[in-house]
Amino acid sequence: MKAIPQNILDEIALSREEYDLITDRLGREPNPLELGMFGALWSEHCGYKHSKRLLEFFPSTGPKVLFPPGSENAGAIDIGDGLAVVFKIESHNHPSAIEPLQGAATGVGGIVRDILAMGARPIALLNSLRFGPLDESNNRHLVKGVVSGISWYGNCIGVPDVGGEIFFSESYSGNPIVNALCVGLVEKDKLIRATVGEPGNLLLLVGSGTGRDGIHGASGLASRTFDDEREMRPAVQVGNPFLEKVLIEACLEVATFDGLVGMQDLGAAGLTSSAVECAEKGGNGIKIDVSKVSRREQGMNPYEIMLSESQERMLLIIKPGEKDRLNDMLAKWDLTAMEIGHVLPESNVEVYDGLKKEASLPVEILTHPKLYRLKGRMPEASRKLRKFPLSNLKPLEISSNQILLSLLKSPNIASKAMIYRQYDHQVQTNTLQKPGTSDAALVRIKGTQKALALSTDGNSRFCYLDPYRGGMIAVAEACRNVSCVGAVPVALTDCLNFGNPENPEIYYQLEWAIRGISKACKVLGVPVVGGNVSLYNESRGNPIDPTPVIGVLGVLEELARATDLAFKDTGDLVVMLGDSGINGRVRDLAGSEYIKLFYGLVAGRPEIDLKMEAKVQLLCRRAIDQGLIQSAHDCSEGGLAVTIAESSIASGLGFISSIDMSGRHDAALFGEAQSRIVVSVKPQNFEAIWNMANDIEVPIVELGRVHGSAFRLVDIDLPVKCLEEAWKQGIDWPGIVGQT
Amino acid sequence: MRFGILVFPGTWSDTDCHHALGSIVEQEAYYIWHKDTDLLSADCIVIPGGFSYGDYLRCGAIARFSPIMDSVREFASKGGLVIGICNGFQILCEAGLLPGVLMRNETLEFRCQPVNLKVENVSTPFTMSCKQDQVITIPISHGEGNYYADKSTLEDLENQGRIVFRYTDSKGSPTLASNPNGSSRNIAGIVNETGNVLGMMPHPERAVETLLGGDDGIYIFESIVTFLKSR
Repeated sequence: MKAIPQNILDEIALSREEYDLITDRLGREPNPLELGMFGALWSEHCGYKHSKRLLEFFPSTGPKVLFPPGSENAGAIDIGDGLAVVFKIESHNHPSAIEPLQGAATGVGGIVRDILAMGARPIALLNSLRFGPLDESNNRHLVKGVVSGISWYGNCIGVPDVGGEIFFSESYSGNPIVNALCVGLVEKDKLIRATVGEPGNLLLLVGSGTGRDGIHGASGLASRTFDDEREMRPAVQVGNPFLEKVLIEACLEVATFDGLVGMQDLGAAGLTSSAVECAEKGGNGIKIDVSKVSRREQGMNPYEIMLSESQERMLLIIKPGEKDRLNDMLAKWDLTAMEIGHVLPESNVEVYDGLKKEASLPVEILTHPKLYRLKGRMPEASRKLRKFPLSNLKPLEISSNQILLSLLKSPNIASKAMIYRQYDHQVQTNTLQKPGTSDAALVRIKGTQKALALSTDGNSRFCYLDPYRGGMIAVAEACRNVSCVGAVPVALTDCLNFGNPENPEIYYQLEWAIRGISKACKVLGVPVVGGNVSLYNESRGNPIDPTPVIGVLGVLEELARATDLAFKDTGDLVVMLGDSGINGRVRDLAGSEYIKLFYGLVAGRPEIDLKMEAKVQLLCRRAIDQGLIQSAHDCSEGGLAVTIAESSIASGLGFISSIDMSGRHDAALFGEAQSRIVVSVKPQNFEAIWNMANDIEVPIVELGRVHGSAFRLVDIDLPVKCLEEAWKQGIDWPGIVGQT
Repeated sequence: MRFGILVFPGTWSDTDCHHALGSIVEQEAYYIWHKDTDLLSADCIVIPGGFSYGDYLRCGAIARFSPIMDSVREFASKGGLVIGICNGFQILCEAGLLPGVLMRNETLEFRCQPVNLKVENVSTPFTMSCKQDQVITIPISHGEGNYYADKSTLEDLENQGRIVFRYTDSKGSPTLASNPNGSSRNIAGIVNETGNVLGMMPHPERAVETLLGGDDGIYIFESIVTFLKSR
């Protein structure tokens, strides 16, 4: 037997061992088309071969969870009133690194179709972005392209982009993180499943013609590292947001059609993955005739048709004899669904080109890649940095005023208005709080008193230093953000962005971040209902910092209770929930923006007490629910000083502290201890909050009050206007887009 | 009153207009598909925002050929009220119902933000409920709202009081900084010569509930209702 050449295996990112396993299970060698299908479905992107064993750690059930994770296109949550919320986050890092505008745009398009496939109307988008520092021109190019891509695609399809985050760090130079989260709303009994149903049912493709774009996106781009990214450019898909908008409306009409059995989007690995996943869920097989697939390029072979990742395509599965009725519905939108195959009784995937059989593979083998459970090793660098004696850092000779202004100007903390003003965040008229005005986005549900709260979070510095605690903190922070607007966190979706898992140090990060996320989910009572894994995030041999991005969905039962982060009235007391004083503990400097900015250091070991975290969030929500709170803001990057400053900037109102500080000064002001929320309250309500905190056993402390137009915190004394100016200047957008 | 809301492929503020007119202003609101020709006895036609046909050729350039647009032209020629919002404004310009054109924003970027508008003509059917020179706050959401017309057209608009809304600061001055897209003379909205067709870039349907940050958009919809009732 002639051995398969290594370059062919490399192209589809399969190892020789995996190839041997395929031939062993099939009892023969796969032909080139079959091998391509294996490459796609056994890729990390579709097959989760390095992560599946670890993802099993996640708690994934709960009274409101409608489907087991991974069984449908996105997680679904019962929110009462007969409604379900469908939501999921997904990465498009690799395409965005190569062609940022189309990469980011099609990332939005892909996640929207995942939501659409469940029959849900997409009602909100969020983006979690990470880039290298802005002083490198290539990073500026990536930021500009990614933001333009999200703006271009998201605005055109009429789904509001309501929130997200952006963070800058060296490890993302050349390998940005572009994660898109979409939320959909559907009546619970109208959810559509990704299934093929009975033998004889028909498979139809609707939407864009199939072209050569995106071939090997899943296996090549998303599942291995590459040296020269230019060679992969043809693997990036090109988006058509207009067609996406038409598909949204058309598919939502079709979702009510009684002849419809299932619906599935075509994403990574195109028709191959879409059809095979449906077949697997239906427990049957499928036959596809590629000659019936409508194409936008001539001379495409079956391999290209089966693996194309052309965008804006949906697979519809209908009962036999319903094709004409379906196409009558679609005609309104000038769409035609083309019959490309049907459901077989035996669990096989048969691909034909006209009468010629091109592939025949058992579903079972295709959908069960070899799963790896590797042994990780703690990175030596992290081990050292974790033990770094932070007390060796000498306090700076700079005034606290200067430090605060520099932190507010840091792109990681500064206003992101120049970015989100390019996103339509209001269409559908449900956005209760504009981006930047509260810790979580808040979207009302018309016809109810409810609103959905959404937040994404994930601190990669913490994860680099300690992925277990970093994973816990990512969950805690995202839930805390949701609690700060008054909503109860009910479910989460995760996007795990890591380097090459075959490297034991990366595998260690992946494993322990997942363990940390799982632990926090259990303690905070929030199940993981779906998500995505993006591995092989490396550029020129350097892995990104471990970046689990957590998207949390919260439900606010009484939207009138919604709270934002801006101070409201002079004289209100400013209170910290979760701490009993301003105690400068040097260990709270671990992984902080402050030591990164002023000492050029990422060091120390982040800490979190999850039980306290749960109690602090409960206290915040309960106080909001009883109308005791004027504003709430979570303490995160930049520490206490930045948190209070942001509440001042948002309102234009000053602050004066009334507390003595003990311990190390900079650690008290700029340290990033967890489980803290800064709220403002009417003086007459302080006692009620105090009693509530005693009941729940959460320490609280009065920090000062809202006063005047100056910001005075211990030795900081600056006009709020001055803080605002610094905060607004942090991201030099004209510099990014090359305007003078 | 009956408000017919046109829907083209790619339109997205149809449902927002329906919510504003139907649920908030409490009028009869209904959709009209662009392939239809019957306006179903509308008292006012709303051409909502969005990206009709993806705005791929030029904003509104394809939508103007839709079958419904002949009916809209005829309706307008008989004095029927037509309000075009955002993409609707662009379509009205392309259809020749309003002069001028909307080019890409000067920054070449999309903008979604609240803007201040000075109401310069309160005798139109769309602004009767406003006070002269009142400043109202309404959000914009567009990438191509940079109004342009030749000098004589601009002079005509100016002299005939057809510039209904101008981008201004909160005190009503049409400053450079208050112009979000580079529009000639800070123009945000204009009417045709007979005053029954309005095009405006800002989205009044997004400003009808204080819960969502303001309700100045109601002035416009209420003006229309008042006008129609008095007719």
